Amino acid sequence: MPYLLGRLFSLLLSLVAASVVIFLVIQVIPGDPAQLMLGLNADAATVAALRAQMGLDQPLPLQYLGWVAGMLHGDLGISYTYRVPVTELVNARLGLSVPLAAMALLLTVLIAFPAGILAAARRNSRTDVVVMTTTQLGVAIPNFWFAMLLVLVFAVTLHWFSAGGFPGWNNPALALRSLLLPAIALALPQASILARVMRSALLDTLGEDYIRSARAKGLTRRQVLWRHALRNALIPVLTIIGLQFSFLLAGGIIIENVFFLPGLGRLVFQGITQRDLIVIKSVVMLLVFAVILVNFFVDMSYAAIDPRLRRQR
Amino acid sequence: MSVEAGSGVPAERPDSYVSAALRSPNFMIGATITTLVLLLALVSFVWTPYSYAAQDIPNKLKGLSAAHWFGTDHFGRDILSMIMVGARTSIAVALVAVGVGVVVGVPLGLWAAARRGSLLDEVIMRANDLVFAFPALLIAVLITSVFGPGAVNAIIAIGIFNVPVFARLSRGAALSLWTREFVLAARVAGKGAVRISVEHILPNITNTLVVQVTIQFALGILADAGLAYVGLGAQPPIPSWGKMLADAQTLIGLAPHVAIIPGLAIVLTVLGLNLMGDGLRDIFDPRLRRSRR
Repeated sequence: MPYLLGRLFSLLLSLVAASVVIFLVIQVIPGDPAQLMLGLNADAATVAALRAQMGLDQPLPLQYLGWVAGMLHGDLGISYTYRVPVTELVNARLGLSVPLAAMALLLTVLIAFPAGILAAARRNSRTDVVVMTTTQLGVAIPNFWFAMLLVLVFAVTLHWFSAGGFPGWNNPALALRSLLLPAIALALPQASILARVMRSALLDTLGEDYIRSARAKGLTRRQVLWRHALRNALIPVLTIIGLQFSFLLAGGIIIENVFFLPGLGRLVFQGITQRDLIVIKSVVMLLVFAVILVNFFVDMSYAAIDPRLRRQR
Repeated sequence: MSVEAGSGVPAERPDSYVSAALRSPNFMIGATITTLVLLLALVSFVWTPYSYAAQDIPNKLKGLSAAHWFGTDHFGRDILSMIMVGARTSIAVALVAVGVGVVVGVPLGLWAAARRGSLLDEVIMRANDLVFAFPALLIAVLITSVFGPGAVNAIIAIGIFNVPVFARLSRGAALSLWTREFVLAARVAGKGAVRISVEHILPNITNTLVVQVTIQFALGILADAGLAYVGLGAQPPIPSWGKMLADAQTLIGLAPHVAIIPGLAIVLTVLGLNLMGDGLRDIFDPRLRRSRR
């Protein structure tokens, strides 16, 4: 229990620190958001009124608290350019970005686990060499370029998939289909990394004394692998999966551009070109929040996998 | 200075590093590719087949030929020349970014290790955790929204992302060294924490750092390509591999080579650096070499 409380406290601390950093960075930006919103020809009184309405005339700490309080109520403010609540904009795009990241993560695990386990179990075999060579290549391929190659092969040449766009969730089968190529593009480099981690973590545990004891006790290689080695190899693997989630979220921003998907990535880049700071601030905060939260859950799952950690702290 | 003093494993002298390097296929292939890419970038300062900016619209989107080895792009520019100059941009961005990570991260890590367990250690490591929560792309997005896009911002974004990597690595490696006898001897001799860190700890973690530098360099090339692709990196007319891919995207059905060649350049460079990193790791750590192979 103290372990959980300590972790919860540091989770809160990270969230506060991250929000302060993002808030301050956005503050540095030259130019007055109210002026920006109304254009250069707006008269001073209107600008002042809007500033007051947006809370820009308050001292910084109050503005910060107002922003955080708003976020806690699900109110991210009004977009400068869209003139609609940012929450609405974000919610609409989460319906694409979250399933995409989830699909990519699922694919990553589905590819990496068998490949890594197979390579470790048949170490130095031809399978091992194939897995290691393929993953070495996979790590070196930029996901957005791989995405373009997928489009070239499966959309432009074979016409199996559309080259981009998203039909919406009204037809789930069609929606999933349009997310498949982007998810594969996102997953391949991450799966390559994870397969290598899985292999070396398994090889490390397979060299431990208790594995030799288990073998001496009469368990087969296969039994030792599944019953003892895999469970102990999971800790480093989980750490990497946690880190990869942030790469998948951030990578999604880039991949959405390749496939013209209306997700958080598109929203952020539109925010940048239109200098819609409140959109940028909200989306970045949301993504960082997700990364911190996921890593918190990864930490928690260590304790679930390895009871020693629970007692230690 | 031998790392392995007293641990029962004979220390390797630098000349045995050379023979180990010659025997490591990973290192030799990786180093060859990396050297070639570096040469290509250096040559581009004095010579490229054509000017990278020279447009030749009548000859646009031409395939591979004797006149244009890698063909031409949608403005009829020579792709080989653009790749050569683009190598310069990518390498510069990635190298400086890794430099930032090393120059800031390593002293922080050494400092934290020297004061291990103190409040300072805790603050440095928690700050590192915090930076880690910001993927390089998000840092770039934030910086770009403040200062506008450009190669310098890409460097800062990737550099910031590298800081916690090197801080954690050097702290971890330094921690185990602080318990060793030769460090104890230095302390008994009256050396301060700074002198011990510089004279005894740093030389002993250099190998580990060199390996990480090659890996982060490779990641930096990938990150730079990604940032340039979404328009957050070097701005036109300076060619960059990521920007070339962004331009090629809509032409991929029409002239696939425009999209394939810059991508291959990235893959080859990253692959070379990664192989070199793997090779270096094996060369520097003979115990690993024996157990892994």
